[in-house]
Amino acid sequence: MALSLRHVYLIKGSFPRILDLIYWPTVQIFLWGFISKFFTLNSSYFENTVGIILSAAILYDFLFRSSISYNMMFLEEIWSRNFTNLFIAPIRISEIITALTLTAIIRTLIGLVPAALLAIPFFGVSIFKIGAPLIFLLISLYIFGVTLGLLVTSGLIRFGPSFENIAWASLFFLAPLGCIYYPIEILPSWLQIIAKFFPLVHIFEEMRNILINDIINYFKISKAILISFLYFIFGVIIFYISYNGAKDRGTLINMGE
Amino acid sequence: MKLKVQNLIKKFNSTIAVNNISFEIEKNTVLGLLGPNGCGKTTSIGMMLGLITPTSGKIYINDTCLEPKNRIKLLSLMNFASPYIELPKKLTVKQNLEVYARLYGVTEIEKRIDEMIENLNIKDFLNKKTGDLSSGQKNRVALAKSLINKPKLLFLDEPTASLDPDVGDFVREYIEKYKKNNELTIVLASHNMREVERLCNKIVMMKHGEIVDRGTCEQLIKKHGRQNLEETFLKIARSKNEL
Repeated sequence: MALSLRHVYLIKGSFPRILDLIYWPTVQIFLWGFISKFFTLNSSYFENTVGIILSAAILYDFLFRSSISYNMMFLEEIWSRNFTNLFIAPIRISEIITALTLTAIIRTLIGLVPAALLAIPFFGVSIFKIGAPLIFLLISLYIFGVTLGLLVTSGLIRFGPSFENIAWASLFFLAPLGCIYYPIEILPSWLQIIAKFFPLVHIFEEMRNILINDIINYFKISKAILISFLYFIFGVIIFYISYNGAKDRGTLINMGE
Repeated sequence: MKLKVQNLIKKFNSTIAVNNISFEIEKNTVLGLLGPNGCGKTTSIGMMLGLITPTSGKIYINDTCLEPKNRIKLLSLMNFASPYIELPKKLTVKQNLEVYARLYGVTEIEKRIDEMIENLNIKDFLNKKTGDLSSGQKNRVALAKSLINKPKLLFLDEPTASLDPDVGDFVREYIEKYKKNNELTIVLASHNMREVERLCNKIVMMKHGEIVDRGTCEQLIKKHGRQNLEETFLKIARSKNEL
């Protein structure tokens, strides 16, 4: 709770920080909105191309923001040279993970809600059309986003601030395999097998299934949540291993820029 | 609170940072941990704070071994201040103190913060962002944070480094005063020998990861035939292990 409060104070106290959180998702939505509008004019593949691509962009951005939010909160501790203070406080590692996981949602929503709302008047696309399954798709994306954040922060603990660049690159690495903007059939068959091990394919396939065919497959949604959750457990284990490794190497003391 | 360090060793790959050190600090006393740069002071403090896992050896705090299962219980009784670590710069002083009071499970947060504000004269910049403070102000805030949980064992790593003589004296005086009125054991790492002479009851001298000498200030000065602790420190630091 106290650790969450620290990040709430940080967001509340800085207007440029809030602006930065809102700016990128909004730019992303507008960019994809115009691109997909262009596709609609020149293709008859989907009747609702704008809706599908823009919904995918919003969901992908939700994943991106949740992961980056998690990483950013950890990086803030390193940049402010507060790392040592945090790790000598009487809090459990599980409490740090919980606090960052819960607080990341605030940063994510600050960024995404305005962008999602702007898509309604500007492009006539409402992500909320997905209906109740949207909540489950977001849960799955959030768990996976936080997992990626956990893996990157594990790297930060293990390798120090030099691992920072990986934090920014991590999501772009998985994006092609996630089949965010295209069906899985586009991938070569061997890549399709690999892609199915990640929850993203299941999430975005299901999103298209709902928007194009108006069919909700709760089994597939549950599968996506389960896969995300398994990755989350894996992320937590890696975090603990990195933490113990850092204690062994003495990198928790005086870690900073 | 009593601190006992027993045969503590820390190796980083093939480098031995701390080599089989043992010492004890009695309740309510101040131990000066001295030695040249790179002698293993920070690594030793890191181990005593549970931030670094020793290669071997034990640390007992009031007869409770510092190990993962006791970590939370013992950390709530300890704290640490160093000019080399900082509080979040974008948070105000009050926000930082509140966050750390909560992290340490302080019960009457407002009351405790008010006490620290008054005792350390930080009222004037309480609502200023911590990053905008001068070194002296930051140092007082760091001290306030390190005492927010009324620790029984406090680690101070060069608490007056980079402070002007006036602020440095204020900090030393405050530590003395605080110790008089509260039960507190302190481990002080410092390169300011006058500060060590003023505050410490006992000294442990380290060099190349080992303890090369120990005793009270007077004992060490007398033993090495010098006029003051600074000269004694120089003699030990520059000697070639003939001690």
